[in-house]
Amino acid sequence: MIYDTLIDGGKHWSLTLRAGTLLRLSDEEGGANVGMLFYNPLNPLERYNAPDTLKCQHTFKLTRGHCLYSDMGRIFCSIVEDTVGWHDTVCGNANRALVAARWGERSYQAARNDWTQNGHDAFLVEGGKYGLGRRDLAANVNWFSKVAITDDGTMRFDAANSQAGGRVDLRFEMDTLVLLHTCPHPMNPAADYPRKPVRIAIGRAEPVKGDDFCRTHCPENGRGFENTELYRAFGAAST
Amino acid sequence: MSIVRKASERIPAEARFRQIVPAGTYWIETIRQGQVLRIVDVEGNQAADTLFFSAEDPAERYSAVDTIREQGNVYLGYGSKLRSTSARVLAEIVADTVGRHDTLGGACAAESNTVRYALEKRTMHACRDSWLLAVAEHERLGLSKRDLAHNINFFMNVPVTPEGGLSFADGLSGPGQYVELRAAMDIIVLISNCPQLNNPCNAYNPTPLEVLIWDADVR
Repeated sequence: MIYDTLIDGGKHWSLTLRAGTLLRLSDEEGGANVGMLFYNPLNPLERYNAPDTLKCQHTFKLTRGHCLYSDMGRIFCSIVEDTVGWHDTVCGNANRALVAARWGERSYQAARNDWTQNGHDAFLVEGGKYGLGRRDLAANVNWFSKVAITDDGTMRFDAANSQAGGRVDLRFEMDTLVLLHTCPHPMNPAADYPRKPVRIAIGRAEPVKGDDFCRTHCPENGRGFENTELYRAFGAAST
Repeated sequence: MSIVRKASERIPAEARFRQIVPAGTYWIETIRQGQVLRIVDVEGNQAADTLFFSAEDPAERYSAVDTIREQGNVYLGYGSKLRSTSARVLAEIVADTVGRHDTLGGACAAESNTVRYALEKRTMHACRDSWLLAVAEHERLGLSKRDLAHNINFFMNVPVTPEGGLSFADGLSGPGQYVELRAAMDIIVLISNCPQLNNPCNAYNPTPLEVLIWDADVR
């Protein structure tokens, strides 16, 4: 990997990644959560679409082999490695009221950078740097978090889903604006505001081969790659 | 949440508004706080791909993730409170003869059809095209593609397995089944009556919906 940094819990960041980039997220202590949203930097109206992603791959959880789709039938990134096995994309973010109700309010004035930031506000701040607002937000990914469903539809948060050293590798298939935060998952029942650091490493991905695991994971992904390749070949400039 | 079927005592003849929505078209209307909207699955297993917005501030809209998280269950039914992106209640399901509705599966689009079925499906009519036409024809509402997000599929059944799978199962709905929503604030409702021709869940046969509105003081 070419670049490596540690993001403390309860923080946010954003970056634009070119096609062919590998982004590695590592859960340093166990129990981390990384909220993430994806946009096309040339046309941010094209954004991550969780329903399309789940529906076309017949899955509720995200793990190795799955691709994260835009609303335009293209693939922002593929999950090429995953030691965790289950990542959530249907629970959204905590907001200010939820954080205050569960963990108490901690003002910036008193706590300084150890205040209790929430995922919703984190996305508003990062998105605002690119002209995006609340109308542009969507159902996000919550890396490292698992919410399983019982037969009657009840949602259960699994606090033991991700252990220290848990890792997920994302290979970007098109140029992508990534918004991320390390704020707690909205269903985390921990007694204290969970402040879990995440290591983020960036490097170059291996070229995608014809028998690529994500591409061949299901026929739908083959077509998603074709849509993305058409865009890269004749549409957006991929530098 | 076990499956609950709750019929309504409201009488169609007392509705202030009643309209058939043919398959492949949209319906957009403002519903005032306290008014009740009924959506009828006229011939059975038809999907009503529905979005809600605060009429006062349309940037605040229906949020599937806030709705299911706050009720702790991924399926919608009688008693479900439909929440906004600010986690406020937009509407509540006050009657439902079906028992379960989907809010995970999203709406069909020309682009997602290329992935799900075949690249050559890219020119087939789809829900998100109907929504785009709706907002283009109602520019005064200030809505655009930015606002077209994660919807409810009334009358669709999309079960999740404990192992994390997702499937489109046969619907629990049937001819004449309906769902009723009471508006908790003034809301804009946008329905695409799904034109999907590629999915067996509607027997490859899109059919009409009917919408009725009762005023707040009518039971």
